[in-house]
Amino acid sequence: MANINISSKKTGVTKVKPERFKPLKKSLKRNFDLYLLIAPVLIYFLVFHYFPMYGVQIAFKNFNASLGIWGSPWVGFDHFERFFNSFFFWRLILNTLGIGLYTLALAFPIPIIIALMLNEARNAKFKKFVQTVIYAPHFLSTVVVVGMLLLFLKPDGLLNQLIILFGGEPIYFITEPSWFKTIYVFSEVWQTMGWSSIIYLAALTAVDKQLHEAAVIDGANRLQRIWHINIPTIMPTIVILFILNAGTVMSVGFEKVFLMQNSLNMSASDVISTYVYRSGILEAQYSFSAAIGLFNSVINFILLVMVNYFAKKANQTSLW
Amino acid sequence: MKDSKSDKVVDIINYFLLVIVALLVIYPLLFVLSASLSDPRSVINGEVWLWPKGFTLDAYAKLFQNQDLIRGFVNTFKYTSVGTIINIVLTIMAAYPLSRRDFVGRNVLMAILVFTMFFSGGLIPLYLLIRDLGMLDTFWVMVIPNAVSIFNIIIMRTFFQSIPWELQEASIIDGCSNIQILTKIILPLSMPVIAVMVLFYSVGHWNSYFNALIYLTDRDKFPLQLILREILIQSQTDEMIQSTTESIVEQQMMVEGLKYAVLIVSSLPMLILYPFLQRYFVTGLMIGSIKG
Repeated sequence: MANINISSKKTGVTKVKPERFKPLKKSLKRNFDLYLLIAPVLIYFLVFHYFPMYGVQIAFKNFNASLGIWGSPWVGFDHFERFFNSFFFWRLILNTLGIGLYTLALAFPIPIIIALMLNEARNAKFKKFVQTVIYAPHFLSTVVVVGMLLLFLKPDGLLNQLIILFGGEPIYFITEPSWFKTIYVFSEVWQTMGWSSIIYLAALTAVDKQLHEAAVIDGANRLQRIWHINIPTIMPTIVILFILNAGTVMSVGFEKVFLMQNSLNMSASDVISTYVYRSGILEAQYSFSAAIGLFNSVINFILLVMVNYFAKKANQTSLW
Repeated sequence: MKDSKSDKVVDIINYFLLVIVALLVIYPLLFVLSASLSDPRSVINGEVWLWPKGFTLDAYAKLFQNQDLIRGFVNTFKYTSVGTIINIVLTIMAAYPLSRRDFVGRNVLMAILVFTMFFSGGLIPLYLLIRDLGMLDTFWVMVIPNAVSIFNIIIMRTFFQSIPWELQEASIIDGCSNIQILTKIILPLSMPVIAVMVLFYSVGHWNSYFNALIYLTDRDKFPLQLILREILIQSQTDEMIQSTTESIVEQQMMVEGLKYAVLIVSSLPMLILYPFLQRYFVTGLMIGSIKG
């Protein structure tokens, strides 16, 4: 009976199959509505993503409002040269890279450890409770998180009151450049560690229970089982996410850095994206800041292509 | 499984560390809640550590008299609801055709969309485009430039692909149109992933301030987060205090209490929403992770 069922199903498939592989024309005719369905999304991407890529040519022009993007005169790499030779260049590169690497060093491994710990907690209610708690900061806005930081870290804030209680001197965390990156990264860890652990928890559900049973019979203790069974199982996920994260070290987001910035910590907090905002949107130097933005986009793209290349070599897994 | 003695020690240490982690996350939030309910004087003098001191709802009462804040809430509510509807509709409209194996050209279309994840023209060309389109300072600038996220399209497409193809094939043979298959078969089966998408998109709208900062100058259109930024970060709190009888010190006290209250009120909607959808997170994120 089973055999008959399967074979009749198969003939059903073969009846439709030829149509699937007929050329575009046929598909256009039969799936006309599907093309209509996706058309608005395609238009959105062309207008709001591809058109700006075309418009980025102002980075090689001297933008003149009356002539527009297309009519403005070409100047080649002038804006790039000006940026490379500017006082800000190395400061921006080092701050952007510094924050990126510092974040990678802490915000990447901690979620893995948390996922491994949660996986060991056998009390389901306790586990669920801890998860609910540590996911919460992910749902706070950047403005709220930075607002909390300012309240806690100001000279008479919670943390300084604690320092005074233990006989220390208050620290001006918010305005002190040397504290900027640490505050940025630790608050980032606080906000993202729970959420980022979800993906590793999901990967840990794939661990083969029989391996654990066999290991117990062989006398392996819990730490040994975590080390020799759980970690190797999630290793591909770890490698992929590490490589993906490593590809974004030069694309530090604007939102949080901008809110944490003040005139006193600028030497440590000025990054490429905040500089583009200041010179482009506030000072209307469109061509110059478009050039800086393009420079950053190209660096990010190169990093990503490199990272993808290594992913292919190491894991036979890649983005494209 | 029977635990050896060393395993029990590991177990206890593990529970202990998890409790510490949970406390580290929840303590700042509890402190903000307590501080918002306390007499501002006690907060500044460092008397509040965990529980409210000198319980009062004054800060919340002042909060709801503030016109800017109320307008911000109303605006954000509009941007979030309209924006999320646009997001969900467009995500489905892109994800469904791309999930169909008989949709010729889907690989090319997918590549066109995915490329934008890796390369962009940057802020300035986009700003000039939006200016030229006359969208600056309009309602639409808050919902159209972020109309759909390619990452979420990928998650939803992968979910659609996990629905057995035979189901759709049978309907095609029965003479169902593609739109009927989508609305009658695919969507009813996809409610968990749609719920997660609604959460992701609405949290994004509720919490973002970047687009408003760049594209809006009209205070009447400011979303909640920009008003929050003024109160919490730029401390433009002069207008917040409407009473003129209080001394300057008193005013500063009031501002202090307000800041804690405003943190709570603005975060509450999302903090209440997510635990209900928590069980879908793993499904939603795991599906997305398959394709990176």
